[in-house]
Amino acid sequence: MQERKMRLSPREAAHTEVGHGGHSAGHHGHDEHHEHEHESLKTFGFWLFLMTDCILFASLFACYLVLHGNTNGGPTAEELFEMPGVIAETFILLTSSFTSGLAVLAMHKKNLKGLITWLAVTVLLGASFIYLEVDEFLKMVHEGATISTSAFLSSFFTLVGTHGLHVSLGLCWMIGLIFQLKRHGITPVTMRKVNVISLYWHFLDVVWIFVFTIVYMMGVM
Amino acid sequence: MLDNIKEFASEFFVTGDPLIYGADVSIGLAMIAIITVLTYFKKWGWLWREWLTTVDHKRVGIMYIIASILMLFRGGVDALLMRTQIALPDIQFLEAEHYNQIFTTHGVIMILFMAMPLMFGLFNIVVPLQIGARDVAYPFLNSLSFWMFFFGAMLFNMSFVIGGSPDAGWLSYAPLSELSHSPGVGQDFYIWGIQISGIGSLATGINFIVTILKMRAPGMKLMQMPMFSWSVLSSCVTIIFAFPILTVTLALLFLDRYLGAHFFTLDGGGNPMMYVNLIWMWGHPEVYIVVLPAFGIFSEVVATFSKKKLFGYKSMVFAMMIISVLSFFTWLHHFFTMGSGADVNAFFAITTMLIAIPTGVKIFNWLFTMFRGRITFTTPMLWTLAFIPCFVIGGMTGVLLSVAPADFQFHNSYFLIAHFHQVLIGGVAFGYFAGLSYWWPKMFGFKLNEKLGKWAFWLWNIGFYVCFMPQYFLGLDGMTRRVSEYSWDMGWGPLNLVSTIGGFLMGIGFLFQVWQIAHSIKFMERDTTGDPWNGRTLEWSIPSPAPLYNFATLPQVKDQDDWWEDKQRKQQGLPSLKTPQPIEPIHMPKNSAIPFIKSLCWFVAGFGFVFDWLFFAIPGMIGVLICMLVRSFSYDTDYYIPVDEVKRTEAALRGTN
Ligand code: HEM
Ligand SMILES: [Cu+2]
Repeated sequence: MQERKMRLSPREAAHTEVGHGGHSAGHHGHDEHHEHEHESLKTFGFWLFLMTDCILFASLFACYLVLHGNTNGGPTAEELFEMPGVIAETFILLTSSFTSGLAVLAMHKKNLKGLITWLAVTVLLGASFIYLEVDEFLKMVHEGATISTSAFLSSFFTLVGTHGLHVSLGLCWMIGLIFQLKRHGITPVTMRKVNVISLYWHFLDVVWIFVFTIVYMMGVM
Repeated sequence: MLDNIKEFASEFFVTGDPLIYGADVSIGLAMIAIITVLTYFKKWGWLWREWLTTVDHKRVGIMYIIASILMLFRGGVDALLMRTQIALPDIQFLEAEHYNQIFTTHGVIMILFMAMPLMFGLFNIVVPLQIGARDVAYPFLNSLSFWMFFFGAMLFNMSFVIGGSPDAGWLSYAPLSELSHSPGVGQDFYIWGIQISGIGSLATGINFIVTILKMRAPGMKLMQMPMFSWSVLSSCVTIIFAFPILTVTLALLFLDRYLGAHFFTLDGGGNPMMYVNLIWMWGHPEVYIVVLPAFGIFSEVVATFSKKKLFGYKSMVFAMMIISVLSFFTWLHHFFTMGSGADVNAFFAITTMLIAIPTGVKIFNWLFTMFRGRITFTTPMLWTLAFIPCFVIGGMTGVLLSVAPADFQFHNSYFLIAHFHQVLIGGVAFGYFAGLSYWWPKMFGFKLNEKLGKWAFWLWNIGFYVCFMPQYFLGLDGMTRRVSEYSWDMGWGPLNLVSTIGGFLMGIGFLFQVWQIAHSIKFMERDTTGDPWNGRTLEWSIPSPAPLYNFATLPQVKDQDDWWEDKQRKQQGLPSLKTPQPIEPIHMPKNSAIPFIKSLCWFVAGFGFVFDWLFFAIPGMIGVLICMLVRSFSYDTDYYIPVDEVKRTEAALRGTN
């Protein structure tokens, strides 16, 4: 501990000592105020980013809705989608959203171990979601339903794949964050990062609900 | 082996055109010259430390502006090449293919790599100073935005010597831009060049929204904010709604070309019309994105040089916000002729006409601001004065175009070309030129030469009318856009010749601007006051150029036009309303090499995708990911400037010791 503190800047050391909400006098107090401001600024920017991401997905959904009937003589949604797998994916992702919420709760209780554990569980669930999705895609490709088969499949793979790519990036990020938490503990900076990623994770969950209803449910109905 | 290399080279490099060989040689010479100068004067370290890795918004702004002036040169040369080809009937100067490439690159470069970065340059330089902030909200992201733009633009520009330029028009309508009709790599350069710089623009949009909403000086209410900052806010709001659509559109086109998807293809159930809709859902807001800040600049300039408060502040703000919103509901006016039916056309005709209302309000506001003002005719003011009639005419021909049935006659004719150049040059270019000369002293600490500036202004202004007024008549005479050759019996010769002469007058105007800059650097007219125009807003309250931290103590704002009110009070011998603040250590972001390296990785990846070379694309993408991780893991990203250093700097700058 002593050694670690040496490496930290005075500012960070102040945080590990007084923690969140502590008020040390003089210079450090001023810093802390500054830092909080900075962190909330970043969270706000992330909200704006999520809004742009919403529009990105909205455009992809719009394309899907325009093109989903153009099967070009190839397989249709009904023939292709296997709902049990998709429902499993949905449950896994919803659960991971819940566990990421538990991670945030643990963080607010200053429970570093709980936080890391719940994040790790979230990562595992996310990874199994991706595994199932890739498996589903590969099966389709083996049946000859590829991105170049029809406009319907182009828009299907692109929409669902973009969501999957978002989840995968989130996984890398979350793993990186676990290492950072191990090194720095719970500080205003890492707290902001955890908050932001859980925001992102919930957002992807909501997008998935739309994917589930608009693509899969409406596809097989 | 040698033959293989030869064959590769003859496909890789564009060969066979003397103009392009000329360009190759000049690019080569310029590179050698730059490298020699930097090495000879041992400036590599300086370049790296002070510029390539900087996160200071003022420097980022200057880099944006330099890049955009270079792009203005390239776009301008393209324009004059085209005007030369069509100056008279039956000229054999550019082949049809080459002409196609040139109007495509001209359009893309002028809008995306000239107007956008010039605009971002002014955002960067002005907004933080104007709202009393020490930097933008995310300085690191800001530098990243710049380098993404820069490398995207480089990728796009490379295409004319390597691989071949895109030639499907500045918006690259599908299916022409699909592999079936554009098999070359040019279209891929288009996709990746714009995609990479577009991500940067999106980030800038977010950055400035947060800066403006969250970092205003203590006391500055939104409704006291300088009008330019308002215009930046409305432009950025439009950016964050419009640019994701562009990202998606380009990505889908890429998937069509690269993986054989069928979004916009003619076969496989694709829908080319969807491309046209998507690209204009971004494209129309885009033109408002570039013109709104110009409106902001005119508002600042008019108030300053009329020595009056801006007339109708609130209506100005409302007008801009309404334009931002309406701009998303007009896109279809670009293709009334493409069979959407009468009802749909009527809806979009009406929304388009509605935009004229807030725009008209703004024009009247500027006129009323000047009314009974004590006007001084400086160059920024001249650009502003010339803008008003120009934009009024351009706006009125725009309303003519928005009448859907009439558009069946005007569509894609030179009438349209004249209209959009009138608003783009008269509105956007004049606006940014006004802004450039207005804020130049703040950027560099010296003024631009007024006399040469006036020459440049008159050449541009007269050249503009000579070039584009005849085109309205050419359009009505049936001359369509994008024709590279026409015969004598069409009767278009004389007007085209006049138009080309006007084009060259503007070209000379550009040369005068370059001369003006060179001359002003040589015979520096120092701005020692920091307030050369007797300005009204906060950026004029600090020395020129502003110190690294901008404001030693954050200003406390009480009024709209706070600096002006403060000066008035001082003149009347009244005590200042401000209590002096103690100087405290200033929190600053550290420089970072990541933005440069990460954008370079994007460039490498983009280049790989263009040529389908995975051995470039994959390492490039991995590089991008590594850069993100490195950034995420770095916690030591800022520092403090100690109090006595701030005191020393202030004393030196303000000459108070
Ligand atoms: C020196 C001033 C300029 C001249 C002489 C000029 C000339 C031209 C010419 C000859 C064309 C091609 C017309 C055709 O054959 O269809 C063109 C197209 C175009 N210009 Fe300019 N231009 C100038 C400045 C600008 C500026 C400042 C902008 C934007 C900010 C701009 C944006 C465009 C666009 C978007 C196109 C359409 C390209 C396409 O058809 O795909 N131009 N211009
Ligand atoms: Cu439009």
